[in-house]
Amino acid sequence: MIMTTLILGLVLGGTYALLALGLTLQYGIARIMNLAYGELTLAAAFVLVALFSGLGLSPLAAIVLIAPAGYGVGWLLYTVMMRPLVRRSGASGRLEVDSILATFGLLFVVQGVLLVIFGANLTSISYLDRGVSVLGVSVALNRLIAFGICVVVGGGLALAMTRTRWGLTMRAVALTPGSAPLVGIDVNRVARQGFALGTALAATGGASIAMYQTFSATDGVIFTMKALIIVIMGGVGNVTGALIAGLALGLVETFVATAIDPGLTLAATFAIFLVVLLWRPQGLFGRG
Amino acid sequence: MRFILPLAGLAALAVMPMWLSEYGLGLMIGLVTYVTLASAWALFSGHTRYISLATAAFYGTGAYVVAVLNEVLPYPLVLLSAAGVGLAMALVVGLSTLRLAGIYFVIFTFGLAELVRQLITWYEVNVTGTLGRYIFLDVTARGIYWQMLALGAATIALTAWVHRSRLGLALRVVGDDEVVAAHSGIPLARTKLVAFALSATILTVAGAIASPRYVYVEPAIVFNPTVSFLTVIMALLGGANRLWGPVLGAAPLFLVFEYLSVHFPDTYPIFLGLLFIAVVFLLPDGVLAGIEKLRARRREARS
Repeated sequence: MIMTTLILGLVLGGTYALLALGLTLQYGIARIMNLAYGELTLAAAFVLVALFSGLGLSPLAAIVLIAPAGYGVGWLLYTVMMRPLVRRSGASGRLEVDSILATFGLLFVVQGVLLVIFGANLTSISYLDRGVSVLGVSVALNRLIAFGICVVVGGGLALAMTRTRWGLTMRAVALTPGSAPLVGIDVNRVARQGFALGTALAATGGASIAMYQTFSATDGVIFTMKALIIVIMGGVGNVTGALIAGLALGLVETFVATAIDPGLTLAATFAIFLVVLLWRPQGLFGRG
Repeated sequence: MRFILPLAGLAALAVMPMWLSEYGLGLMIGLVTYVTLASAWALFSGHTRYISLATAAFYGTGAYVVAVLNEVLPYPLVLLSAAGVGLAMALVVGLSTLRLAGIYFVIFTFGLAELVRQLITWYEVNVTGTLGRYIFLDVTARGIYWQMLALGAATIALTAWVHRSRLGLALRVVGDDEVVAAHSGIPLARTKLVAFALSATILTVAGAIASPRYVYVEPAIVFNPTVSFLTVIMALLGGANRLWGPVLGAAPLFLVFEYLSVHFPDTYPIFLGLLFIAVVFLLPDGVLAGIEKLRARRREARS
């Protein structure tokens, strides 16, 4: 029983961690608080379902297409929508409020489009839905594949952020966007890359959710909320922190769903959020 | 003059139901409800620029309190309980987030409506076993209209008073620069908490007053995220830091919303979202500030 919860929790947590990674890139590096994040995730999930049931494309092949498409969408969103807000706010603190409002509008646009195209019904696909024994626990193969994707992408990103020069630039902008230009960093370009990469991660996360979970066009807020809380738990802009916090949230949620009630998972998320706010608002792994 | 015009307007609005059809009255109730919501929202978020996305959470809670208590308590006590529950919720949210940076407050309020909806659904399904309740109250549509009008007028009067009081000044400084505010001895957390609690209580009472219109109440109906969304866009369009801004934004947008939801029932969220983005980009401080800027530019051009 405990083993089942542990393994299913870790598998779910992998997806959450991936989603949170994208959000922490967008907020930490591009300074855009993206409330439409969950809607972008869902859009990718719907695209995967459409590619799978419409064209018969294997979900793994579809993800290879969806991730770069997500990057493109993010790049476009940043250039068209966010960049003017960044320019307008200059050094003042307006960007946070403006980006919250703009993406709040975007949330309704994307949700509206999804509702019109795909309808309000619960959607799911059946793909590799057979059990595989992991340490004596039967886990659906599709969940394992989704987890594998999260480990590869998330782990790769964490390595790139901490070990490469590109990652160093990213972290410099996340730490002090004001001083980064002094050492020759093009903050605008890095911010655009961060935002686009974040959207690509949202798309990858959404596509892997579609492989094993039922979802509907109105679930976006829940995904955004969970990703946001993981980001705060891990510390804004902290990739490793987001990975650990994501896995932790997946565990807690699976535990609450099996031991108490599946209807209370958001309540569990909020409970964690409250504890973090009251105890360590700078994040469990943040400094200061 | 400053008092005569609003009072005359209020009197005209109060006698309006004498000539209105059933449909017209329903429209006016909706309009006055949103004017109240937008004004109450702006009472806290206008000056501080702490964006609250939880209007639907408070509004829905108000409606739900009425649904639960309407057969147990007399009506005035039901409204009072709704106000109490709203206040308690605001204190929980405020005490846990308003000591910190604004972003935590935004995130908390963003998920709040969904959280309350899930909690109530869980409670109703598992404990009481009745999802969905009926409201049978002896309140006519006119009664609701007058109550909402009174609440709206009270909200605007309260806002006018707050703007002139120490609290309003403090809120304005907090909105401009929190560090400066802290250094001039303004108790940051308490100032924000008081304004947020006031605003949230009004939102909750508005939900309670409007609830008999629903007759049948269930969590998915009253915790509708569109309410939060419309409230924010209305207040922003008019100018959230002006006394009459929310009124000015709510009136036209409510009519647009009515028109779109009747004629484009499937696609109106897209239009509204685009409209919202347009407001954020083109009129970041609202129509009133936009007009003033235009006038100033013209005056400069003339001289």
